[in-house]
Amino acid sequence: MPSQLVQNTMRTKRLPHIWCPGCGHGILMRDVCQAIENLGLEREKVSIVSGIGCSSRAAGYMDYNTLHTTHGRPIAFATGIKMAQPDMHVIVITGDGDATAIGGNHLIHAARRNIDLTVVVFNNSIYGMTGGQYSPTTPTGEKGTTAPYGNIDGDFDIPKLAEAAGATYTARGDCYHVPQMIKLIENGIKNKGFSIIEGVSICPTYYGRKNKKGSAVQMMHWQEQNCIDIKKAEKMTPEELEGKVLIGEMSRTVRPEYTELYDEIIRKAGGAK
Amino acid sequence: MANGKRLVVEPAWCKGCGYCVEFCPKKVLVLEHEKIVVKSPEACICCGLCEQRCPDYAIWVEKEAM
Repeated sequence: MPSQLVQNTMRTKRLPHIWCPGCGHGILMRDVCQAIENLGLEREKVSIVSGIGCSSRAAGYMDYNTLHTTHGRPIAFATGIKMAQPDMHVIVITGDGDATAIGGNHLIHAARRNIDLTVVVFNNSIYGMTGGQYSPTTPTGEKGTTAPYGNIDGDFDIPKLAEAAGATYTARGDCYHVPQMIKLIENGIKNKGFSIIEGVSICPTYYGRKNKKGSAVQMMHWQEQNCIDIKKAEKMTPEELEGKVLIGEMSRTVRPEYTELYDEIIRKAGGAK
Repeated sequence: MANGKRLVVEPAWCKGCGYCVEFCPKKVLVLEHEKIVVKSPEACICCGLCEQRCPDYAIWVEKEAM
C-alpha cells in the first residue's frame, strides 16, 4: 500500500507512472494533490483538466473528476466546465508547449477574462513526449533536437505573460522547494479568478541530456542553488541574479471574476429561461 | 524510525533517480541495483524530505501502527 496521500488522491492501479527516472513531473503532481488535500476540498468538487504532452498524463493518474483533452486546449475545456458548474474547483495541468505555444491564445484570453481556473504549468523547457524539440520556454542558446546549434528564440516568462494578459494570481515554484510549491498552488486555488503557477520541472532525458546538465541529481542541485525566492532576490544585485530563476508569488490583483459577471448578465437579461 | 513514525519503501515503484539518497540529511539510504534500500534505518529521523522529492512515490513516512 502506498502512502496515505497517494491512496487518497491517485488511481494507484495506474501507478507507477510512465514518466522517466528523475522526471520532475511526479514531484509536481504530488504537490498538486497535497495542495488539494491541505485545502480539504471534496473530491467531487475538483476537476483536473489536461491537454497533451508529458505533463498531461497527470489527469490519468489523479483520482478526481478528470478530463484529458486535445493539444493546447485544456483551458478551453476547463472554461466550459467552470461555466456549467461555477462551484467546481477546476485545475488545469498543462506543459510549457501545451500552455504557451499550441494553447497560447487560450491562455491569454482566459487570463484576460479572469475566469476562476487554476493553471499549473509543468515546465520542463522542452517537448519531451515527441522527442526533445525546443519549446517557447527553452532558454535562448540552449539546445533541442530541432535546435542542434542552440535556440535563437527568446523564451517566455510564464507568470509575466499571464500577468500582462490579466491573470489575478501568478507564481513560480520548482521541484526542490516542495513546501513552497504546495503553498503557491494552494493560494492559486484559493484565488477567485485566473491563477497560474509555473512549476519548473526537471527533464533529465531530453533537456538535460541535450544540454549536458548532468544527472537528475545534478539538475536538482541546480534548482537548489539557482531558484531564488523573490523576497531574497530584492536584496541581490543584477550581477548576482544573472542566470537565476525567481520563485515565489509574482503578482496578485483583484478584479471581477468571469462566471460572476456572466451570472449578472443573465440576471440583467431577465434570468435563465 | 522516530516519534511514532516509520520509513517505508516500495522498491517496485523506484526508478533509481537517486534524489532521496542525495538529499537525505542523515544519509540513511542507498541504491542497490538501481533500487532504493534503507541501509541504516536507525539513523532515520523521519523528516520526510525523501517523500517530498520522490517523483515515483516509492518512499514515504507513515505513522507506526499502535
